[in-house]
Amino acid sequence: MEVLLAVAAGIMTAAAVYLMLARNVLRFIFGLVLISNAANLVIFTAGRLTAGAPSLIAEGAYAPPEGVANALPQALVLTAIVIGFGLFAFALVLVYRAYTTLGTLYSDEMHAAEPGSPTHTETTAEEAHT
Amino acid sequence: MSWLLALPILIPFGTAIVAFFLRRTRWGRWVSIAGSALLLGMATLLMREVLGQGIIAAQMGGWQAPFGITLVADYLSAVMVLITAITALAVSTYAAAEISERQAYLGYHALFQVLIAGVCGAFLTGDLFNLYVWFEVMLIASFGLLVLGGRKSQIDAGIRYVSMNLVSTIFFLSGIGLLYGMTGTLNMADLSVAVDAVENQALLTVIAMMFMVAFGVKAALFPLFFWLPASYHTPSFSVSAVFAGLLTKVGVYALMRGFTLIFDQDVAYTHTVLMWVAGLTMLTGVLGAAAQSDFRKILSFHIISQIGYMILGLAIYTPLAIAGAVFYLVHHIIVKANLFLISGVARRIAGSTELSRIGGLYKTAPLLAFLFLIPAFSLAGFPPLSGFWAKFILIKAALEAELWFIAFLALLVGLLTIYSMTKIWGQAFWEPHPEGIDPTLKSLSPFTRTMLILPIAGLALMTVFIGLNPEPFVQFAETAAAQLLDPSGYVQTVLGVTEAVQ
Repeated sequence: MEVLLAVAAGIMTAAAVYLMLARNVLRFIFGLVLISNAANLVIFTAGRLTAGAPSLIAEGAYAPPEGVANALPQALVLTAIVIGFGLFAFALVLVYRAYTTLGTLYSDEMHAAEPGSPTHTETTAEEAHT
Repeated sequence: MSWLLALPILIPFGTAIVAFFLRRTRWGRWVSIAGSALLLGMATLLMREVLGQGIIAAQMGGWQAPFGITLVADYLSAVMVLITAITALAVSTYAAAEISERQAYLGYHALFQVLIAGVCGAFLTGDLFNLYVWFEVMLIASFGLLVLGGRKSQIDAGIRYVSMNLVSTIFFLSGIGLLYGMTGTLNMADLSVAVDAVENQALLTVIAMMFMVAFGVKAALFPLFFWLPASYHTPSFSVSAVFAGLLTKVGVYALMRGFTLIFDQDVAYTHTVLMWVAGLTMLTGVLGAAAQSDFRKILSFHIISQIGYMILGLAIYTPLAIAGAVFYLVHHIIVKANLFLISGVARRIAGSTELSRIGGLYKTAPLLAFLFLIPAFSLAGFPPLSGFWAKFILIKAALEAELWFIAFLALLVGLLTIYSMTKIWGQAFWEPHPEGIDPTLKSLSPFTRTMLILPIAGLALMTVFIGLNPEPFVQFAETAAAQLLDPSGYVQTVLGVTEAVQ
């Protein structure tokens, strides 16, 4: 099972890297989602897979019985998924905003912050009169 | 005592919540300043406690280490929190005059405080996964601050900044997963012990390299720094000042912590890599700066070259070198944040950050020129300012370790730093303004003038103070280095601690 998941994580990473190397930033975002899930899979697998009982402690006991699954990697993955979701939501909005403001999705056509561009050191109107 | 460790994180969060609800009013900025002042008070108390006891730790929620999350402050953490508080106070004061009502309404002050909370959390945590969480808190706040206002250049910069930092996050996360798989723990003190018991040490070095890449992106090391000069010149000046001062330094801190406490098995390999990276970071940063013509872009490239010095200290890995790196870290945050604040004032009164489009500041705004000279000379390493001592200790450590080439490189980079500082001085301050106007501080309203100049003068004063009175700071850095190089005290404090926060 570990081998299978390791191979799956490998394939996901490979596909993600392929997507992330694209000039289209939307593809980059998709690659990012894929690779963050691959990372979650790595944490999950590295925490050892046990086809055991749920990690519940019986009432009155202080330790779970033998053979329960390790709950910590699951907790870590859960946290990482939540954080990753937040970051992905932001990144998606940013890409959409970049498309509407800069008029392109290709990273090598984005020059607004580079020297030589008229918007390089632009100021907003409100900033100028304060 | 335990509350002392939690409060530097809780205060900025509380301030952020209040500032968010007051974002429609003019009170948000004052809340932000008050919160930062409170944080400074708390950081001072923490520092006093650490100076008395050496290392202090507290278990959150009453779960014993290594099972719960530990907050721990040694000399390095304490000084980083203190300097964060100082920067926060300076920048929030500056922001009171700089940030427009619209940006405040969009949540500037709340995001700023969340950023500070994330930075303090990263400095204080004793748990690797918790460090990841603080990194993300910091990251999401910095994303917001970077694109706040939504100008074209900010969006463009945002794409670069966000994508590179998210890639680093993935490296960090995978590294954590693999390290947990090998050792079964994520408590940093516990890891420090557990990694020695790992059979396959080569695999551990591979994981160490994953962490080096992850932290290297955050710290803007060669060749992972390209996101930094592509983005730091676009947001408002208070944002770029706090980014320049604090954000990359969290990466440096994580490298210093990780590669002294956890990954110290194969020093010959990992720290040699760091040495080369440090040398190339110093050199490419300063050469990049020489090619730029924008005030903030020059300063951005200088961040990179200065990061090289700090990593150099870590790479040489002798007590003196690490002490030099700690000293450099403190000196650099003050100086760099200040230079960005000054560039903001220069833009305000002269109209641009593009050096060819401004000038005449020396003649008509001599106070600003004087305040620029202090951090600029300090950055280049002129005696008797703080940068001189920082460079002096590092180069002395390099010479003692008989690393002639790297010592030569460090001196050369110092020389080139002077070159680009002279470029700013010559074009922005000395030459007359190309449009014939006389930029003067009097063109600002008294309130704006006070709020902008006060933090700049305060930070400059600190630079001079450290420069004229380096002895206690050097001694402090030496103790911090001793603690880093011998983690037994750290491990003992964390794992042996019984006091708990309920």
